[in-house]
Amino acid sequence: MSRKFRPRSVVRLSSACLALILATVLTACGSNDSAAGDGEITVYSGRAKELVEPLIEKFERESGTKVKVRYGETAAMAGQLLEEGDKTKADVFLAQDAGALGAVANKGLFSRLPDEVLRQVPEQYRGSGNAWVGVTGRARVIAFNPGAVSESELPESIFDITDPKWKGRVGIAPTNASFQSFVTAMRLTEGDGRTKKFLADLRANDVQIREKNGVILDDVDAGRLDLGLINHYYWYEKQAEVGEGKVKAKLRFLKNGDAGALVNVSGVGILKQSSSDSDARDFVSYLLSKEGQRYFAEQTYEYPLTDEVPPANGLPSIDELNPPDIDLDDLNSLQQTIAMIRDSGLTS
Amino acid sequence: MIRKHRLPGAWLGTRGLRRKHRRRPRGLIALSLLGTTIAATPLLYIVVRVKEAGWSAAAVTLSHPTTLPLLARSLGLAIVVTVASVFIGVVSAWLVVSARFRGRGLFAVVAPLPLAVPSYVAAYAWVSAFPGMEGFWAAALVLTLCCYPYVYLPVAAALARADPGIDEVSRSLGAGRWRTFAQLKLPYLRPAIASGALLVSLYVVSDFGAVSVLRVTTFTRAIFTALDLGFDRTTAVVLSTVLIAITTVLVLGEALIRGRHHGGLTPVQRNARRVRLGVGAVPAGVFMIALVTLAIATPAASIAYWTVRGATRSVPWPDIVEAARGSLMVSAVGAGLTVLLALPIGVLAARHRGTLPRLLERITWMSHALPGVVVGLSLVFLSVNVVYPLYQSTSMLAVGYAVLFLPLAVGAIRAAASHSPLVLEETARALGKRPSTVFATVTLPLAGPGVAAAALLVFLTCMKELPVTLLLRPTELETLATSLWSQTTVAAYASAAPFAAALVLLSAIPTYVLSRRIGSLDNVGL
Repeated sequence: MSRKFRPRSVVRLSSACLALILATVLTACGSNDSAAGDGEITVYSGRAKELVEPLIEKFERESGTKVKVRYGETAAMAGQLLEEGDKTKADVFLAQDAGALGAVANKGLFSRLPDEVLRQVPEQYRGSGNAWVGVTGRARVIAFNPGAVSESELPESIFDITDPKWKGRVGIAPTNASFQSFVTAMRLTEGDGRTKKFLADLRANDVQIREKNGVILDDVDAGRLDLGLINHYYWYEKQAEVGEGKVKAKLRFLKNGDAGALVNVSGVGILKQSSSDSDARDFVSYLLSKEGQRYFAEQTYEYPLTDEVPPANGLPSIDELNPPDIDLDDLNSLQQTIAMIRDSGLTS
Repeated sequence: MIRKHRLPGAWLGTRGLRRKHRRRPRGLIALSLLGTTIAATPLLYIVVRVKEAGWSAAAVTLSHPTTLPLLARSLGLAIVVTVASVFIGVVSAWLVVSARFRGRGLFAVVAPLPLAVPSYVAAYAWVSAFPGMEGFWAAALVLTLCCYPYVYLPVAAALARADPGIDEVSRSLGAGRWRTFAQLKLPYLRPAIASGALLVSLYVVSDFGAVSVLRVTTFTRAIFTALDLGFDRTTAVVLSTVLIAITTVLVLGEALIRGRHHGGLTPVQRNARRVRLGVGAVPAGVFMIALVTLAIATPAASIAYWTVRGATRSVPWPDIVEAARGSLMVSAVGAGLTVLLALPIGVLAARHRGTLPRLLERITWMSHALPGVVVGLSLVFLSVNVVYPLYQSTSMLAVGYAVLFLPLAVGAIRAAASHSPLVLEETARALGKRPSTVFATVTLPLAGPGVAAAALLVFLTCMKELPVTLLLRPTELETLATSLWSQTTVAAYASAAPFAAALVLLSAIPTYVLSRRIGSLDNVGL
């Protein structure tokens, strides 16, 4: 009599596993490879669904192209694209900021965009090598509470906020990508030494740390902070949520060419594998079309980057903003910025 | 050939028997290896990436002056939350199972419910109710309120199983109630407390949601920040090695605290008489009211408030239904796969001693405390390079869930398998049944409820998972967690609230079923 261990349940279990895996392999095989111009594209979107879905649906209706959108965090998606390399399922990467686009472009994963697309957007708002193009502009501003601060005493330069008179009154979001891009811009324009000192001075000036731009604005609005460094559109979003005339906080655009006047972009690039996909190109063109740009101006209150569409009511024109003269692609050289912010003690 | 010599061993207790149980269960080990290997994939990825960066670069990152304070903060938070959770978990389990008071039935339903609330939802709920709430102690409070059910459930189950005879003997010999509890009950509860405490501490170490909302920079948050700020996988991965080290220490620590395994006690045929609380009713009442208010009523009220406020706009019912369907589907597949993979490991751990079974079980823990985004990226790496057709399929997402939650299932199955008396199996064997028949006709039916509990627990946890879901889900598949996330990224509490409400309500169902299993509810006629 054999005493060999031969549990039938074990066999049953392993065959169940095998069947499960096989079934999914078979179902997965047939899908998802979007060939050039086949009427379907896959977009990785680091921008929130609520912000871009209506526009994408409109594009689908008008072009007849099916757009599969994968929503995620911009940074994690850049990481995902880097892991995927040339095996990516994405045709287009729509990202929230230039740094993420730069990181993907750096690995050579984007294809060069066609000239007719590039021509629409000023050179300062494109990636180097024309690997990606800006879709909307996001201006750094200082939000202030007019109940506590009069317009005349507002900072003229971003370096003024380290003045002792602002001690404990200023809010920043140092773990937020927008703050980090701003610090990178400062490093590019002022050098590492001055930036390091600026961060140290901020800390010494008891700068108030918040998680997100939205929280800073809420606190400025409620009088818990007097000044806050944010992006301009948060103010408009808040107004849309609470109603016209109900936001007490006001915005100051620095317009002086220093890092505090940075205009970062959200942007888009076409992955290398899809360089000849006409649907992907059509999609990018649509984002920059009059219709696409107007959508962003009206719905997300960001700056249109083509000259066909004016920005939302009450915003200074983009030409007035006088941002620092930097190559936005350089915003991807982040290692030192991260280290610098970390060493300043602002993030811990 | 029947091993007659084994039968007498059964009457001497299980330990002597198990010693003789030397035969290498090759089939079980082979199947266990499948789950263990899958659970260990993130480790492989981490090694690949660290090597790519170079060991010296890794050393520089690790020896950075901020590493130690981060580590201290993470461990400090884990210790505070674990101690508090053990206290709350043991006290409420004792009240539900062993005490007699009005409203016990209601408390038994409510006590485990925080398990249905994801930590980020709880944190948002608190912050939106009390703006400006932040910092270490705020996080400790919120995490404790989310985590104590991990102690409550195993302890309540152990109490419900306990043989009342032991207490009665002790009391009849003149020992007081307190002495009986401290010297007999507590040691008996030790394995349950230890496994709960391990889950809580690892949860805290790996939590990102609550600490980011409440602004405590822990190790895990630093890893996310490294990714967010710099798309910097290397730093994130290097820092993750520290989490693996912490996990190893905690897993070994749990084994020490758990002590010798107490499996195989005779199942109890009767319930113990419940203790009247007497004077103790007052502090017990205060304890329960405070717990229910803080852990359930506050988040519930906050979510309800925002849902009602948002309802003045239109509630996106079709989106909610679609997301709910997505959540249920991926969680069911995830729970199914996880339990399937955990089954051999749990049975092996319960039934066989030796280095290999123990090692296999412990390896399943290694990825549990890694940040979801690192697990997610490592599975992107794995599937893109090895099983590309599975990439961005539901089954790959299920594998991701299995990597994260395998130890939850293994623990539940091991507990169930070790409480189904070995004597029965040995008797069946002695009567000439083959091991496979015994497994199918004795072990599995006895362990069945435990397997179901494991599935529910994993299902529930999958419902709440976010970072891995975002990275691995099929394109266009939305779950309640991803919808909730995408609503909160545009910072609209009001439009996020209905998704949060749906997520909590749906998760409450498996939580309720899970708590019923303990038997505590049956006794009050619910």
